[in-house]
Amino acid sequence: MKILVPIKRVIDYNVKARVKADKSDVDLANVKMAMNPFCEIAIEEAIRLKEAGTATEVVAVTIGNKSSQEQLRTALALGADKAIHIETEEKLESLHVAKLLSKIVEQESPELVILGKQSIDSDNNQTGQMLAALTGRGQGTFASKVDVQSGTVNVTREVDGGLQTVALKLPAIVTTDLRLNEPRYASLPNIMKAKRKPLEVIAADSLGVDLAPRIQLVEVNEPEKRSAGIIVEDVATLVKKLKTEAKVI
Amino acid sequence: MKTLVIAEHDKGVLKPETNKTITAAVKLGFDVDLLLAGENLSAMSEQAASIAGVSNVLIADDAAYANQLAENLADLVLSLADNYSHIVASATTTGKNFMPRVAALLDVAQISEIIDVIDADTFKRPIYAGNAIATVKSLDSKKVITVRASSFDIAQEQAPVAVTSVTGKGSVGLSEFVSEEQTESERPELTAAPVVISGGRGMQNGENFALLNGIADKLGAAIGASRAAVDAGFVPNDMQVGQTGKIVAPDLYIAVGISGAIQHLAGMKDSKVIVAINKDPDAPIFQVADYGLVADLFDVLPELESAL
Repeated sequence: MKILVPIKRVIDYNVKARVKADKSDVDLANVKMAMNPFCEIAIEEAIRLKEAGTATEVVAVTIGNKSSQEQLRTALALGADKAIHIETEEKLESLHVAKLLSKIVEQESPELVILGKQSIDSDNNQTGQMLAALTGRGQGTFASKVDVQSGTVNVTREVDGGLQTVALKLPAIVTTDLRLNEPRYASLPNIMKAKRKPLEVIAADSLGVDLAPRIQLVEVNEPEKRSAGIIVEDVATLVKKLKTEAKVI
Repeated sequence: MKTLVIAEHDKGVLKPETNKTITAAVKLGFDVDLLLAGENLSAMSEQAASIAGVSNVLIADDAAYANQLAENLADLVLSLADNYSHIVASATTTGKNFMPRVAALLDVAQISEIIDVIDADTFKRPIYAGNAIATVKSLDSKKVITVRASSFDIAQEQAPVAVTSVTGKGSVGLSEFVSEEQTESERPELTAAPVVISGGRGMQNGENFALLNGIADKLGAAIGASRAAVDAGFVPNDMQVGQTGKIVAPDLYIAVGISGAIQHLAGMKDSKVIVAINKDPDAPIFQVADYGLVADLFDVLPELESAL
């Protein structure tokens, strides 16, 4: 089977985002960028399915400006066979991304699409579900285990209160949770080899998707700061303060 | 204009997130209908009809909705969508699962995890793990919204309103429920508890989490964990508080042996009072804690338990 893995270039997860002074957005100039951590897990799962003989080809796809090819090369170095870059300078919403991806699903007809459950920048948690809706496929979100059988895929999902396993008809869409796997690192020889793997560039405008914004970003603010607390010297003082000062116990 | 709220329930009980989501929905300013989809709903429908702010309860009783599978539930909501300008659910794993599917089928964008309603089109939501708050305006004619329940109060009670039955297609044949494995707990639910005590990597192993039990019992607290504690296998992952786990905002949050990474703070920094117990005085958790105690948790926890 062929597996498609959409990935996203985002701010590195260790970097604390700063709001621009004019409140128009978060400042991403000169900030370290990386592959979204959940997308790394998606790539890893696809590669493992290939190593297990379940998958025959892994295609990585990303949508964004030219710099996002860096993350596609990372995906190739990790073991993806080819990459597709949908090039756009626009800042897109999840619905746009899902629509563009559905065109790639049409073109590539993968039996499984594995996405991260959410990107750590917009924290939307929508694209996989929307792609499933647009392609009319079943969805296994927040996956902590993926078990491909003939004609179906069993997905164990991390839900509030525990785990739930669902069986989806193939072709299907899966989104990854953190505990699905431990992503590997790209080795230097593989990074070199990745430079020679195929990378197709498609202009987003050529796919016939209406990319007009549906959500207007009015402003972005810093969250309310918490006032500085105090350090207490012992347990007795802590309990006393919680009882008499904070009145929470 | 009317608002449809999709109720969330488990084992015949409405979840508190549903009440809080209704509080958010009422703020939109329109009549609120509550959809209850599942199996054997009669007991719950009374409870649903008594939540202040609900004008009408819609009941969809079908085995296909019993496990709230996204494919079937989204199809049902879509079939009702014509009557509503706003469709709202709580941002629980269930809401996050089916709502974007509804939005895409309606060809509208979804606004995820709102923490405030400015007006019927404009909302506030956290981005970048809560390090920024975006004010966003939906330009779509229909709004599909998920609500961060911890940011809204629980709705009061009212005299029960009318209950109407609705039917959907049932199963759309894309997915089937296989099994579930619930984590057993007698403590209050993490997202609803007034007090939460969480352990991190500093707990060193799963057995040591028992040190939190006595304190949790005395405070009526739920026990949570950081991702480090979950990844190390100390405790199951549904105890995880953070950007990728549960978002809590209790009156009192006690962080024990937790350094306070960005991703953890995203899940608890709206708590009313935060207490940090950590032996590293430079741990970032002390920057958000109202009360900090720099000490070894293994000395402090038994002392704290006996002092309560």
